[in-house]
Amino acid sequence: MKVVSRFYRLSDAGTRTVTLTVDGTPITAQERDSLAAALLAHSAKASRRTTRLDTPRTAYCMMGVCFDCLVEVDGHANVQACMTQVREGMVVRLQSGLPEMRGRND
Amino acid sequence: MTDPDLIIVGSGPAGMAAASVAARSGARVLILDEQPRPGGQIYRNIGENRDRLGWLGKGYAAGTELVDDLDHPNIHCEFGATVWRSDPGPTVCWSQNGHSQVTSAPYLLLATGAQERPVPFPGWTLPGVMPAGAAQILMKTSTLLPRDAILAGSGPLLYLVAAQMIDAGTPPKALVETQTRSMAIRSARHLPRAAFALPLLLKGLGLLHKIRKHRIPRFTGATAFRAETGNGGTIQFSFDASGKAHHHECGLLLTHQGVVPSTHMTRAAGIAHEWKATQECFHPTSDLWGRTDQPGLHVAGDGAGIAGAEVAAIAGRLAARDILHQLRLISAGTRDQTSASDRGALWRALAIRPFLDTAYAPTEAFQSLTDETIVCRCEEITAGELRAAVAEGATGPRHIKTATRAGMGPCQGRMCDLTVRGILSANKTTEPPAQPRARNPIKPIPLGELAALASEPETKP
Ligand SMILES: Cc1cc2nc3c(=O)[nH]c(=O)nc-3n(C[C@H](O)[C@H](O)[C@H](O)COP(=O)(O)OP(=O)(O)OC[C@H]3O[C@@H](n4cnc5c(N)ncnc54)[C@H](O)[C@@H]3O)c2cc1C
Ligand code: FES
Repeated sequence: MKVVSRFYRLSDAGTRTVTLTVDGTPITAQERDSLAAALLAHSAKASRRTTRLDTPRTAYCMMGVCFDCLVEVDGHANVQACMTQVREGMVVRLQSGLPEMRGRND
Repeated sequence: MTDPDLIIVGSGPAGMAAASVAARSGARVLILDEQPRPGGQIYRNIGENRDRLGWLGKGYAAGTELVDDLDHPNIHCEFGATVWRSDPGPTVCWSQNGHSQVTSAPYLLLATGAQERPVPFPGWTLPGVMPAGAAQILMKTSTLLPRDAILAGSGPLLYLVAAQMIDAGTPPKALVETQTRSMAIRSARHLPRAAFALPLLLKGLGLLHKIRKHRIPRFTGATAFRAETGNGGTIQFSFDASGKAHHHECGLLLTHQGVVPSTHMTRAAGIAHEWKATQECFHPTSDLWGRTDQPGLHVAGDGAGIAGAEVAAIAGRLAARDILHQLRLISAGTRDQTSASDRGALWRALAIRPFLDTAYAPTEAFQSLTDETIVCRCEEITAGELRAAVAEGATGPRHIKTATRAGMGPCQGRMCDLTVRGILSANKTTEPPAQPRARNPIKPIPLGELAALASEPETKP
């Protein structure tokens, strides 16, 4: 079986959609989605690769705890996608590693 | 609001109930929550959903009233507001839309709730493996339902999510439980006391009945979890149960092993913490009113100790009345009188904890900590690397940090601290672990934002 998304979206009449781009590709999301939800609804694939072992990750805890959902949003690196609401025209880039973040909490 | 009497961090049941009581007796309340809307974990997005998503159940819809009660002239809420520092004063630093500010008040109530207990096993970092509560957040906030999912682990929340998935029309493919028969038997002796919390007990039985009625395949006493990526991005989940090896393919593997207090904020605030052996976690030390050893600082809800949403709301109200008393808005007599029924309800609701804590204790077997298992997700440090550091003489989490970098990533140990402690204490007698440290800022804040804050004159309360 090929996994396109790991979730079904319950059709929800009356919910407005917004369009954002992920690595240049437009995707639609529901107005109240967090960015992490929008990414998970769109694809089953990784939204980040890790610094040390270059392994794939997606959003994990959905509540701001694990930092596995980091992506680049409108030019800002290391944004927690699960704590960010989608916006029309948002420009998202999937990132590899933790640009500039290393050492900040040492 | 520039001069609150009380700042509440967290708008879950504890924070919302506290705000409502405090505001209605004349206190000006500022609520800060990093989520976009009130509700906390149990009532996520309830203000938007109301009774629209009936499959989330009555327990969820019950949060509507708490959210509606926030509509009061004495309550000001800021959402998307992450508190990243708290100092004596009490004073908090919080960030919203990339801008940080400092606010003080005579009283600060930390009602920051719980997080799911991290459950490391080989493959838990793969896309397609998530905590069950995380999937539930997606159900509540985005009407995203798990597709071809297996639920694995233990605890009441696992049954609740299973029931919600059934009612939503996307039942789990299987329920793989780590609870052993002997755990079930041991917990039975706590049942007479748990009967005082009969509605909660019946609710649990109702969930189990639903799972049975829908013939969800169930496995118990499961150990040795392992997940691998299969063809087309599936998860190949294997485990042992009843002396046999099992292999299942799924789209999502949702694990759960109970919740533990989120203590970064309370620890960084300097509050004393204690180890709760029956729940295998730390919680801040507080009295019946949620008072801590730090002046002006109260705690309430699951962040003060895991006891569930009902207790969280009660604890919020008790803390609010004590703060009202200290603000001289009510007398000690009024505080005590108005709290009498809450104290009775508190006792009844807590009566179920010994049963739950024994029945769904985090089993060691579940923590399939083979040497290859990643423990620190941020820095990708394995159990083997941690054990090697222990063998080389590391005796505490700080040694481990220096030797391996475990706990040094952006999550600041939230995902590995409890496991690291487990590995450290594996070869020792059972002395309670030392209180972990937490440093400010408790969440990474961009340097530019810090610099902007430093150059601003302090906003006077
Ligand atoms: C993922 C998850 C799902 C759960 N689902 C259920 C459920 O369906 N049913 C159930 O009975 N129990 C559930 N629980 C258990 C839950 O802990 C309690 O039922 C209840 O929500 C606890 O209430 P609370 O007010 O103590 O904390 P919470 O409801 O957790 O509220 C805490 C609030 O504090 C905010 N916060 C935390 N840190 C900060 C910060 N630094 N700055 C600003 N705001 C902050 C959070 O955003 C959150 O809104 C769940 C727990 C988790 C972790
Ligand atoms: S998914 Fe864990 S922090 Fe965003």
